[in-house]
Amino acid sequence: MDLYLPIAGLSVNALVIIALGGVVGLLTGMVGVGGGFLTTPILIFYGIPPSVAVASSATQITGTSISGVLAHRRRKGVDYQMGGVIIAGGVIGALVGVFLFRLLQTIGQIDTVVLILYVVLLGSIGILMAREAATALGYLKPKASERPPRRHNPIVAALPFRWRFYRSGLYISPLAPFILGIFSGMLTALLGVGGGFVMVPAMIYLLGMSAQVVVGTSLLQILFVTAATTMVHATTTRSVDIVLAVLLLLGSVVGAQYGARFAQTMKPELLRLMLAILVLVVALRMFLQLTWQPEEIYTVQLL
Amino acid sequence: MRLLRVLLLMLVVPLALGQAEPRLVPEVSNRQIEIRYSFTGEELLLYGAIVYPRGQPPEGVTDVVVVLKGPLERTVVREKQKVAGIWMNVGRTRFRSAPAFYAVASSRPINRIVDERTAAIYELGLGNLQLSPGGGAATDELRRFEAGLIDLRRRDGLYAEYPAGVAITEGVLYTARISVPARVPVGSYTAETFLIRDGRVVAGATRDIQIEKLGFEGFVARAAERWSFTYGVAAVAISLLLGFGASAVFARP
Repeated sequence: MDLYLPIAGLSVNALVIIALGGVVGLLTGMVGVGGGFLTTPILIFYGIPPSVAVASSATQITGTSISGVLAHRRRKGVDYQMGGVIIAGGVIGALVGVFLFRLLQTIGQIDTVVLILYVVLLGSIGILMAREAATALGYLKPKASERPPRRHNPIVAALPFRWRFYRSGLYISPLAPFILGIFSGMLTALLGVGGGFVMVPAMIYLLGMSAQVVVGTSLLQILFVTAATTMVHATTTRSVDIVLAVLLLLGSVVGAQYGARFAQTMKPELLRLMLAILVLVVALRMFLQLTWQPEEIYTVQLL
Repeated sequence: MRLLRVLLLMLVVPLALGQAEPRLVPEVSNRQIEIRYSFTGEELLLYGAIVYPRGQPPEGVTDVVVVLKGPLERTVVREKQKVAGIWMNVGRTRFRSAPAFYAVASSRPINRIVDERTAAIYELGLGNLQLSPGGGAATDELRRFEAGLIDLRRRDGLYAEYPAGVAITEGVLYTARISVPARVPVGSYTAETFLIRDGRVVAGATRDIQIEKLGFEGFVARAAERWSFTYGVAAVAISLLLGFGASAVFARP
């Protein structure tokens, strides 16, 4: 079923996009990641202009994260104070990110920068996750020399004026989550990802937040930062395609519900290992795209 | 560009008025292409009559060339090169007047109908597009970028040549089919028809075609452009509603 996307300016097979949303939604429900790292590259690969893919994927993640936030709120898994600080940083990061996006677009390096960022982020996080999951499953032996993890990161602990974050069980400077928020907002605006796959480990290992509130707070942050990114893209690059976002959402909101049910029947470590492998495959695909001779040497951009 | 068109008209109009030479009466199957939700491209039929002063087609070969051209755009073409193991955009060239769409259909290959000079004057064929490059790039470098642009657009279906795309029936009726792909940009298009005898353009006529986004698609595209803030709010609201709706539906046992 062909459907014309008014902003992207081309026809796509609506069922393919809905199915893509469904697969990503399944992943969201199963492991709690937004799946933007999968949606954006596949959309670009399908022929959607990069700016439209990034912006519309951010819009879609807003929709998928709301149900997650609601679920976590019910079991008090959201630290609103911490979330607020991260969101404040995230909105600033989104503004900076879109500015960078346009700058890179004018000098013609946006594709390369996006690819390099994807390879570095997905590659390193994929390897970390795979090792962690494989160790938990007993496929890998834990390293004997490993030091016991420190509760507080020394850099975070050195930052001035501390606040108490009761839900997270922390007494740290708000600057740390604020800066983290800026970073993740930039990622959202540049890459069209929610940033959960960066934020969740950062919240656990860098900030030392208690595990019960990490996913819920990360989802809250994703919800607001992707909404802000949609707004910034809509008013500056004008590349939010509502039709594309709705198609993706139709698949992903339903997929997420099934994913959540499916997740209960599987070992969480196994799920994480599967996610790690998927992340690494995407990273490898992008690495090859960077290093192999591309099919198109020339690209055309309108002024 | 405009000057060229005026010159062209000055060449053609007296010929048509004088009645000593044949005249073209062109028509297009669709003067207003509407991009709607299911738009997957369209095949345009460009046809018309060749009216001879004495009613009879003269001896010899008559050729017809039909050019469908989209709005001119300022574009940048970038070229990738391998830098430190990574393929990235290195060179670039600006073109001030690259047509967003260009298709030429002719009754025979263009190089057999007219000489190079005439083809260049009337911009017949992909090799004769006046792209108006800006900046002081070297000639062969320019050629490379031009070829890159044309090749890319040709594979997207935005640039096309149909060397046997015009059929002439009984010397008086011509028909040409040009396909317009889904990614065609909106705007004012012109369909130019040239009647050529002995390597000389003896008659020409132009029809305008509008390609527009209509209905819901047009509304969305205009809203995104004009009321971008409201559009953004609407996008966020819709996605929240869908996410909320789905979790409400599935929460019921």
